[in-house]
Amino acid sequence: MYTQAMDLGPQPTEGGGKEISADEKRLQLQFDARIDAGDFIEAKDWMPENFRKTLIRQISQHAHSEIVGMLPEGNWVTRAPTLKRKAILLAKIQDEGGHGLYLYAAAETLGISRDQMLDALHSGRAKYSSIFNYPTLTWADMGVIGWLVDGAAIMNQVPLCRCSYAPYARAMVRICREESFHQRQGFDALLTMMTQGTAQQRAMVQDAVNRWWWPSLMMFGPPDVDSPNSAQSMRWGIKRISNDDLRQKFIDATVPQSEVLGVQLPDPDLKWNEARGHYDFGLIDWKEFWQVVGGDGPCNRERLAARVSAWEDGAWVRQAAMAYADKHTEPQRAS
Amino acid sequence: MTGEKKEWPLWEVFVRSKAGLDHKHCGSLHASDGNMALQMARDVYTRRSEGTSIWVVRSDQIFASDPAEKGMLFDPMESKVYRHPTFFKLPASVNHM
Repeated sequence: MYTQAMDLGPQPTEGGGKEISADEKRLQLQFDARIDAGDFIEAKDWMPENFRKTLIRQISQHAHSEIVGMLPEGNWVTRAPTLKRKAILLAKIQDEGGHGLYLYAAAETLGISRDQMLDALHSGRAKYSSIFNYPTLTWADMGVIGWLVDGAAIMNQVPLCRCSYAPYARAMVRICREESFHQRQGFDALLTMMTQGTAQQRAMVQDAVNRWWWPSLMMFGPPDVDSPNSAQSMRWGIKRISNDDLRQKFIDATVPQSEVLGVQLPDPDLKWNEARGHYDFGLIDWKEFWQVVGGDGPCNRERLAARVSAWEDGAWVRQAAMAYADKHTEPQRAS
Repeated sequence: MTGEKKEWPLWEVFVRSKAGLDHKHCGSLHASDGNMALQMARDVYTRRSEGTSIWVVRSDQIFASDPAEKGMLFDPMESKVYRHPTFFKLPASVNHM
């Protein structure tokens, strides 16, 4: 999910019209054959420069999304209704920090440093999933984020476990194993409120669903027809399923879940289509999507400011740790 | 020389899930020294009881074979089938060897 919007904007295309040597042509053909055969590309294997650049951008932005995604949930750690829910929320947020680590590590195998990636984020050059630019207004938002936002993420991330770039694929396997708890705890919290809560609590859940449903659908990115870069990503084995297909899968899986909860999804056009074998759904407001992606969502400035201060305020800790390590390094002993 | 621009080095993490098994590579992380690397590895890679023992190794200490030499290094094994027990057909009565 956090890969939404990662392939927006101008992207390096293959070839680029430059003269390439016979050697490079041979390597390119070998590379293409490996991709077509479903082989995994490892960090030290030859790869086209544009493949490398695309992955650096996608993986680093995926990592940024995990870290920024900790912020809207961090808002509710001190406000969780019970110790149990607080402990669960803390565990989820800790997981997300770890997921960011796995992804930064995967990106670093491609020849970019952590400092460079963070600089791109802090200066606004790198993006993160736009879903995190929305505010978390009630406790029910925590449940809905787990159910819908993590649900959408899982839909997006499972196919990435077979991405052609192996370090990314391995990170995704690890992430997917842990992500399932994120969705289940959210659904569990909502189910508790809907089946054992007051009318006020049920209304709070419904309100949260109303606010998060459409942004969750936008997490899959623009319609295929408006996603020119998807084709290249699919050719390279990075992207396995199209935006529209993933979005449809998510809706089909989620509607029955909403019925178990007893909530209304805020789409009057949502209806099972027997002929298609899928749910029909209403038009998405892509204007809102582009606005938020472009930096003008409800919380963009606040999220980035929080990340920048965390980095700057933490500088002395990083320096002190290195100074201590340098001071206490054992001199190399002759063997 | 400022500490600010000095990134913490990269460490590879190996976890043994239970006594009797090997340590398996499970990922990497940045830490300023070995002790911090161990603590962080515990925090990140053993959250669900995945391990009972952790090794951390500075990534720059790892010597790795060159993927470009994969053929030269590993192809010779393909013709040495006599190294496998299954190459030898024995009478059924002693085939448990």
